[in-house]
Amino acid sequence: MFTIIGIMFAGVLVGYLLRKQEALKHVNQAITVIIWLLLFLLGVEVGGNDRIINGLQNLGYEAIVLATGGLFGSVLLAWALWQFLNQRKKGASK
Amino acid sequence: MKGSLVIVGFFVLGVMCGYGSLLSIDLSGTDISFYALCALMFSVGISMGRDPQTWHNFRSLSVGLMLLPVLTIIGTLAGTTAVSIFLPLRSMPECLAIGSGFGYYSLSSIFITEMKGAELGTIALLANIYREIFTLLAAPLLARWFGKLAPIASGGVTSMDTTLPIISVTSGQDYAIVALFHGVILEFSVPFLVTFFCSL
Repeated sequence: MFTIIGIMFAGVLVGYLLRKQEALKHVNQAITVIIWLLLFLLGVEVGGNDRIINGLQNLGYEAIVLATGGLFGSVLLAWALWQFLNQRKKGASK
Repeated sequence: MKGSLVIVGFFVLGVMCGYGSLLSIDLSGTDISFYALCALMFSVGISMGRDPQTWHNFRSLSVGLMLLPVLTIIGTLAGTTAVSIFLPLRSMPECLAIGSGFGYYSLSSIFITEMKGAELGTIALLANIYREIFTLLAAPLLARWFGKLAPIASGGVTSMDTTLPIISVTSGQDYAIVALFHGVILEFSVPFLVTFFCSL
């Protein structure tokens, strides 16, 4: 998997060096098409796997639990930062 | 939103093809998804590298606001760890790998499928789609109850694209640059964190 991160950095370098190239403007369309392909392939794998299809309801439940936990934690810290920045601003204007 | 629906549409189409065995070739024996993933990461790198102006604009942000992406990462991972005790079937690193998608469902589910299999990849897909949908629907309430930074944190990576419009409406145009910065930093962190937690 570290190969893949290396490939991403190679891309950053190539993108920076060739940033004047008009052809690279289409890279976002390329990303979209590759994502379509990969999610289609993930779908094929999921659809062909009886264990996943039969457990889809449970997987959905697990997904909602995990997402809710992550959302709660991140919103809580964003709220703390918001309070902190506002208090500092109030203190500075006094 | 339309773009997200198309992406989900491709996934559903794939599920139907796989379920009905409509594809005569067996894809699981091939490396096609690995090579496509390499091409994807190369393209993502190019799109980041070819736009140095965006990175320059971020210098106008205050240090306090620059902390937001770090707090989103810490908060998400802490919250995910806390709820992982309700999921006896999944190990904590697996849960953290899913949390590390930060709403970037396409990339994170693809990574996790490649490293941990399609079952965990499917949870990652659903959990991160849910994060995006929740943000789109709840942004006004989040801004009212938890301050203007909350919808940005909630959106995760998507604060730079799909949820950016609703964020600039509910938090105000001033916060659009914060949302962009937040999304870019998180997008950059996804491959590292997901790979890290999958390898534990």
